[in-house]
Amino acid sequence: VIFGIDFASMLLGGLAAGMVLFIVSVGLSITMGLMGFVNLAHGGFAMLGGYIIVLTMKHWGIGFVPALIVGCFLTAAVSAVLERLLYARLYRAAELDQVLFTIGLVFIMISSVTLLVGPENQPLQVPAALRGQTNLGFMEYRTYSLFLIVTGVVIVLALWFGFEKTRLGAQIRATVDNRRMAESIGINVDRLFALTFAFGSGMAALGGGLGAEFLGLDPQYALKYLVYFLIVVAVGGLGRITGVFYAAILIGILDFVLKIYLPQGGTLFIFAITILLLLWRPQGLFVKRPT
Amino acid sequence: MLKRLIATTAVLAAATSWAHAQEIKVGVALPYTGIGAEFGQLIDRGMELYLKINADKVKPYKITLIKRDVKNPGGADAKIAVQELLTQDKVDVLAGWVYSPNAIASAPIVSAGKKLAVIMNAGTAHITNMSPYFVRTSFSMWHAGHAMGEAAVKQLKAKTAVVGYTDFPPGKDSLAAFKTAFEANGGKVIDEIPMGGAGAVPDLTPFFTRAKEKKPDVFFVFVPAGDHAAAVVRTYAALGMREAGIKLIGPGDITQDTKLQAMGKDAVGMITMHHYHADLDNPENKRFVAAWKKEYGADTTPDFMAVGGYDGMAAIVHAVQALKGKMDSDKALEALKGWKYNSPRGPISLDPATRDIIMTEYLSEATMKDGRVFQKVIGKIENVKDACKELKIPPCAPKS
Repeated sequence: VIFGIDFASMLLGGLAAGMVLFIVSVGLSITMGLMGFVNLAHGGFAMLGGYIIVLTMKHWGIGFVPALIVGCFLTAAVSAVLERLLYARLYRAAELDQVLFTIGLVFIMISSVTLLVGPENQPLQVPAALRGQTNLGFMEYRTYSLFLIVTGVVIVLALWFGFEKTRLGAQIRATVDNRRMAESIGINVDRLFALTFAFGSGMAALGGGLGAEFLGLDPQYALKYLVYFLIVVAVGGLGRITGVFYAAILIGILDFVLKIYLPQGGTLFIFAITILLLLWRPQGLFVKRPT
Repeated sequence: MLKRLIATTAVLAAATSWAHAQEIKVGVALPYTGIGAEFGQLIDRGMELYLKINADKVKPYKITLIKRDVKNPGGADAKIAVQELLTQDKVDVLAGWVYSPNAIASAPIVSAGKKLAVIMNAGTAHITNMSPYFVRTSFSMWHAGHAMGEAAVKQLKAKTAVVGYTDFPPGKDSLAAFKTAFEANGGKVIDEIPMGGAGAVPDLTPFFTRAKEKKPDVFFVFVPAGDHAAAVVRTYAALGMREAGIKLIGPGDITQDTKLQAMGKDAVGMITMHHYHADLDNPENKRFVAAWKKEYGADTTPDFMAVGGYDGMAAIVHAVQALKGKMDSDKALEALKGWKYNSPRGPISLDPATRDIIMTEYLSEATMKDGRVFQKVIGKIENVKDACKELKIPPCAPKS
């Protein structure tokens, strides 16, 4: 107990928030690291996935887990189409062009969702099993937060394994490190780009759906949390799964704790801390060597 | 040729203005897009519904609504919209204002334009002091907040309270209102937690975690109605605060009718103080709710914002009738001071001294009835004035 606040509930709350940040941001980190592409529309894909998940549950009556799968794959498919049609044309463009393009895409996404679904928040109907409290032995805590923490850990382990131990993962790492060399040894970089882009967007969709319970879901989502996703990627470093994971947990817990002790500061502190961290280590906290 | 053209235009213009002598132009500043669009729609529908089901009271005049979208709560857009309504559309009456900062920013323009301005939502207490042309048919944060502070001690027997509020003018108002009454009656506010801004719904978990650890008897929450309210109920239930013996109370924003059914069982037990909810049992409200459902669909419901628009239009029509269609702002204000009306929320009147509303506050508890969430009235206080101006608490006190 620190200053009257139970330490465990603080840690669990921050961890749950961090897991959502991780699931959404990991795709952004990989695509930015891999393609060097500044994709500000990443939050838009998270929003898109969240909407698909919430709306399919509402209108088709399918369960939470099937809806998550549908949302993840559908968003991945949509993003793959966009990648081939639009993004691919801008890979060699200047960063400013990429930023302008993706921010324009965000505005189109926001307006489309407002037009098609409406401006109001879409509540996520969490299945009964995930509602309420769970007894952990030493304390009771919000079941959904615990579910998020478990899900996040499973995802990071699966990603770490896929990234570090499979052939595809090795190809991605190789391309992040040195694209020309990767191309010259016969890695099909175009295909790899499309795949990772779709995968990153699918993960974002998953995060959008999982996080809707406490981040909410409305057309502004695409911009509202973008800053947090970018902070996580900046602090964690580009193209590193474990880096993004540690950064997301760090930012999630710090933000949660600061909001408890200094609620009047709003988001000021988290931005200040980010600036200090990046001044200290511009390449990201969890990147071993400067790239 | 040119002279003839000008002459014809002049005659035509004269003819049109004569034909429309009975037309009253009401300039409406509401959010029709963006995060506040659902609030704008509720107030808009309230105004339109009044004109539709009370057509006999409007005759022989024609009320034309000129609508401007003011989507940002920051104030700047509203100021521009109000200015354009006054100078370009030459409206006779101004109406609307969902967000307090917008009404605050509009006040100097309203004063300069010298047109009757009917506030249909914005609830920061001191707004009505900012221009002599403002009248308010919605509420002040102090109506519900102050009444709740008293009821929390007297009826709910609470000794300690934590207040969580959205950090913008009406939130601070609500905190001050509740705290003033709660502590005047012997209670103690043990913690005050600002919970982010009004522009977006934050994750409330950290703030509620802090509140839970303080173990108060009641947790008084003010957040803007709508999505914020839905998040409050969800987080309260998920963190097990009810099981911890903490009662969730607040103004009716947290049990807004349009969000209440979606909250489901989580809402049960919430206790609110407010001037309106759709379950109020009086003939005028039954007529209002029935007409609303007929007009906008059986699955829709009016709420306190809709009533703000409905009663606001009733006030405008009263002024138009009293002045026989010749709108003069000073005379309109005179006609409205002391105006009494039987609203869906019960009897209301406008305080001649402050141009703010006087109405009944209902203490309600959310219960389940016939498979839906029902707000049961468990107490009421009649003829409640804006306590901030009554008690002359700064910034409501007149400037000396």
